[in-house]
Amino acid sequence: MNQIPKSAPAKIELNDLHKSFGPKTVLNGVTLDVARGESVVIIGGSGTGKSVMLKCILGLMRPDRGSIRIDGEETVGMGQRDRERVLRKFGMLFQGAALFDSLPVWENVAFGLIQGQKMKRNEAKERAIEKMAQVGLSADVAALFPSELSGGMQKRVGLARAIATEPEIIFFDEPTTGLDPIMADVINDLIVKCVKDLGATAISITHDMASARKIADRVAMLYKGELIWVGPVSQIDNSGNAYVDQFIHGRAEGPIRMEIRR
Amino acid sequence: MQFLAAVGRIFIAFLSHAGRLAVFTAIAVSHCFRPPFYPRLILRQMIDIGYYSLPVVGLTAIFTGMVLVLQSHSGFARFSAEGAVAFVVVLSITRELAPVLAGLMVAGRIGAAMAAEIGTMRVTEQIDALVTLSTNPYKYLIAPRLIAGLLMLPCLVLVGDIIGVFGGYVVATFKLGFNPAGYLRSTWQALEVMDVVSGLVKAGVFGFIISLMGCYNGYHSRGGAQGVGAATTAAVVSSSILILVFNYVITELFFAQ
Repeated sequence: MNQIPKSAPAKIELNDLHKSFGPKTVLNGVTLDVARGESVVIIGGSGTGKSVMLKCILGLMRPDRGSIRIDGEETVGMGQRDRERVLRKFGMLFQGAALFDSLPVWENVAFGLIQGQKMKRNEAKERAIEKMAQVGLSADVAALFPSELSGGMQKRVGLARAIATEPEIIFFDEPTTGLDPIMADVINDLIVKCVKDLGATAISITHDMASARKIADRVAMLYKGELIWVGPVSQIDNSGNAYVDQFIHGRAEGPIRMEIRR
Repeated sequence: MQFLAAVGRIFIAFLSHAGRLAVFTAIAVSHCFRPPFYPRLILRQMIDIGYYSLPVVGLTAIFTGMVLVLQSHSGFARFSAEGAVAFVVVLSITRELAPVLAGLMVAGRIGAAMAAEIGTMRVTEQIDALVTLSTNPYKYLIAPRLIAGLLMLPCLVLVGDIIGVFGGYVVATFKLGFNPAGYLRSTWQALEVMDVVSGLVKAGVFGFIISLMGCYNGYHSRGGAQGVGAATTAAVVSSSILILVFNYVITELFFAQ
């Protein structure tokens, strides 16, 4: 992906984000700037707060403390109408694809166009089939229901739905989890292509290092609710950070201790 | 002291639950009156709740009417008051049995399905996906169900009234030897507009309760398949109990002197 000039204004600014559930602290002061057109991958083990961070940015959860700015606009504590306006800039690919199983594939893809942009159904269907072609799905899949598709195809439909409204910001929540290595690589290629075509800003969360290396401009590692390392993907192999080293090489021994109950 | 603490804990849990339900209801109802509306979804829910519940409600009503005639006939025969059978049957059905039994049957059929569907959408992140596609889940999922429940249950109960009285008529005339014309005449004489209207008002309230509890429990379910199961149970149990409670309250409002 392109190198991003340092002077570009930040698309997303997170400042000192805190979130806890009862006694459990999930985010403990996360600060991160994502430049326009940049692709940042958040890595980290399960339960380190990656999903919570994305949900806070989307407004699905409210952070306890801290600020989230999108295009310089503060979104924490935003009213419903403003929130809906800001959300129009977003597209998201969910971990389990989260397709609406009561609707056929094309209506899933066209959902944001019909409901969000009030497009006519016929026109939206044509656009949906165009977007499906972009992710390598033929038009005869359009009439099927999500439950009739394989996991990889569901992910593609989810991707088509996320890019259908041509969003400025796209989030990918573990895009390759549960896919075979070849299909995972296909999805990675599609993500890179779609983000580049749209010129979108992307945040992905994953613990699949192959995927991270492929789609990231910058990598940030989240551990115990804090970003312990942020840097360009080219430097990830000599980060000088023992936690990052342990994670990218997938070793059981190291500073990160898995909480295993005996 | 521990006993008091336990009582307090239960009481606080109850209040926070009631508060959450009240807020949920207020938001959901407010979205019923604000655009955008989803006529296509309202229609689909109306067909689901109204049309597809007809067999269940019809069967419940016809057997209730039939058994009611047998029971009241054998009871009133002791006082040689068989003439009152038609009277008792039509009043019991229109005022009480049709709305309450239809409400309970629909709670089992529709309330459970709503809680399971919305609960599954919650745990598979489909509700989050709705939000990211600039669609308000209260408007898209909940308002259509509330509107359809409120409108369709009175229709079902009206049909149930007719079928129930008809079931009573069949048993009374063919089995117990009542004069058909005489039975119909005393049924008609006993019936007043208020009897039917009170039953339909009850039905509207019950329909709203069924949809509300189905949506509320589904919307707040968490934790995978088990959470959805718990939400489904909670939806059916809570709406059944609320139906019985509100049945008393509405009867008191209509008929207490």
